[in-house]
Amino acid sequence: MFNPDIVKPENLVYKRTDVLTKAVMHYCPGCGHGTTHRIVAEVIEEMGIQDKAICIAPVGCSVLAYNYFEVDSLGAAHGRAPALATAIQRLFPDHHTFTYQGDGDLAAIGTAETIHACNRGENIVIIFINNGIYGMTGGQMAPTTLIGMKTATSPYGRTVELNGYPLQITELLAELPGTYYVTRQSVHTAAAVRKTKRAIRQAFENQKNKKGTSFVEVVSNCNSGWKMTAPKANEWMVENMFVKYPIGDIKVDGEKVK
Amino acid sequence: MAKELKLMKGNEAIAEAAIRSGCDGYFGYPITPQSEVMEYLMAEKPWERTGMVVLQAESETSSINMVYGGAGVGKKVMTSSSSPGISLMQEGLTYLAGAELPAIIANVVRGGPGLGTIQPSQADYFQATKGGGHGDYQLFVLAPATVQEMYDFVFLGWEIAFKYRNPVMILSDGAIGQVMEKLYVGDYVPRWTDEELKKNAPWASYGKPANREHHIITSLELDSAKQEEHNHKLQAKYREMEEKEVRFETIDCEDADYIFVAYGSSARIAQKAIQLGREKGIKVGLLRPITLFPFPKKPIAEFSKKVKGILTVEMSAGQMVEDVRLAAEFRCPVEHFGRYGGIIHTPHEVLEALEEKIIKAK
Ligand SMILES: Cc1ncc(C[n+]2csc(CCOP(=O)(O)OP(=O)(O)O)c2C)c(N)n1
Ligand code: SF4
Ligand SMILES: [Mg+2]
Repeated sequence: MFNPDIVKPENLVYKRTDVLTKAVMHYCPGCGHGTTHRIVAEVIEEMGIQDKAICIAPVGCSVLAYNYFEVDSLGAAHGRAPALATAIQRLFPDHHTFTYQGDGDLAAIGTAETIHACNRGENIVIIFINNGIYGMTGGQMAPTTLIGMKTATSPYGRTVELNGYPLQITELLAELPGTYYVTRQSVHTAAAVRKTKRAIRQAFENQKNKKGTSFVEVVSNCNSGWKMTAPKANEWMVENMFVKYPIGDIKVDGEKVK
Repeated sequence: MAKELKLMKGNEAIAEAAIRSGCDGYFGYPITPQSEVMEYLMAEKPWERTGMVVLQAESETSSINMVYGGAGVGKKVMTSSSSPGISLMQEGLTYLAGAELPAIIANVVRGGPGLGTIQPSQADYFQATKGGGHGDYQLFVLAPATVQEMYDFVFLGWEIAFKYRNPVMILSDGAIGQVMEKLYVGDYVPRWTDEELKKNAPWASYGKPANREHHIITSLELDSAKQEEHNHKLQAKYREMEEKEVRFETIDCEDADYIFVAYGSSARIAQKAIQLGREKGIKVGLLRPITLFPFPKKPIAEFSKKVKGILTVEMSAGQMVEDVRLAAEFRCPVEHFGRYGGIIHTPHEVLEALEEKIIKAK
């Protein structure tokens, strides 16, 4: 039964963070973008770095991320976010510049910018949403699309012959000496959200301590693009995406996890 | 201001000007004939003196996007390249223009198309002044003709770029980039403090203080009505530049029957051709556009009412001539002369072209 007497600030267990604006997010219900936004915003709030945080939004479904993060932001051209972040963090070395990018943005058109920013060990945080598809443009094949997966540009399923292999860009980046922290997480359960939050917090703490590049991949569903309900998409993600993209830390404190 | 005399290459002058003008960051990628810009900066290590950031990027795509990032947070940032590299930057340039970001881009032009040649050329006029990237936008384009102007236009470039929130291109060529000349350099202008940055670039995304809304730097506006409005604003800005910022120089035009219109290296060659012409009794002068956008339409229109003909001289197959013809509106003959593909025309060739294409053709 609802008891109005307990509605008091001291009993508050959850509230929206002020590092998110009040704008209504345009993401499909059940999509991981919104959840990940909230986690990043909460970490920024908890660390008290809102005045130093600079968000670089990508081109992709999260192109309007700058409307949701209540921090100073820039919208990059498709794939170029790490180049922007490189310059900004070098020009404001005590700031917290982070990019927020999809798999097409980061691992296809922006591969060069990603690899070189990581290889230089730029002191930036990269949040990488891997949903194995180009969500924004209507569900075309991404470099991360699984073999056999049907998309608008692989309507009979991705084949190695035609399209090559799914790109494990995160493992590749972990090989670079410039990356200090590389991890792969997800946001499909409450437990996963907690772990992702710890990972994102770690990334921003590393940045504060000027450790080099911290890279957090979030394997996420694109229920629209995958043409599934959100719960079904999460199931499919666990059964298929997690096989190719296993969850867990890949590199911690500059050392590969054995 | 204390003036100091130096001997430098045009490319080095750009680099020296960057340091002395309080530039916060230079991002570049090597390409002949402008590699000395970054080489000079790396040797000078300005980060130890002024705190200026200098970084070699992995490509021109990256360097122009680094510039976009730096400009978006209100810093004085620049890059330089030559034709093929500038082609690769076109995406970044239209984004800079769309998001209304101030920056300096120096193009030390070489012959094209394609990989072309490393020798000087002026065949990037269209690309510099008519877009190059997509959408309705304009770069502010300055055309230095001397090493001194390579230096001076970096200072002028910051002024224009921040006044109008618009990218400024310094369009030179391999000859001006490589030639060594004397120049005067002035005192160091200190880099902006954080407080000055906030005052001079109040719109920038330098980090949100508690007492204001967040700033967003973007060229995206999905609502077409608002996008059209944004375009109107850009167009109004370009018209204001045309009204207030046209710069040009005239030499020996008072009694001229004919004029050359030429910028950069070609303007200097034309000056010699004037001498040769006048020795033969041909009264010819020079109008040298210093801003290519905004273009000196009015003075050219005025001359077209007075002179018997105009010859544009440009190391291209004929690009600027289109703008000169538009300004002259058929009031007098307008022809083009230029060697290209990396060949520099001689003063004799220029004078001969005037005689053949204008004087005798009548
Ligand atoms: C230069 C350029 N090429 C293509 C596009 C079209 N485009 C927009 S978003 C996108 C793919 C985005 O996919 P991803 O990065 O995976 O993000 P998601 O939408 O899946 O989150 C493409 C190809 C563009 N905006 N710019
Ligand atoms: S299209 Fe896919 S990635 Fe984009 S908001 Fe919808 S579910 Fe999320
Ligand atoms: Mg995607």
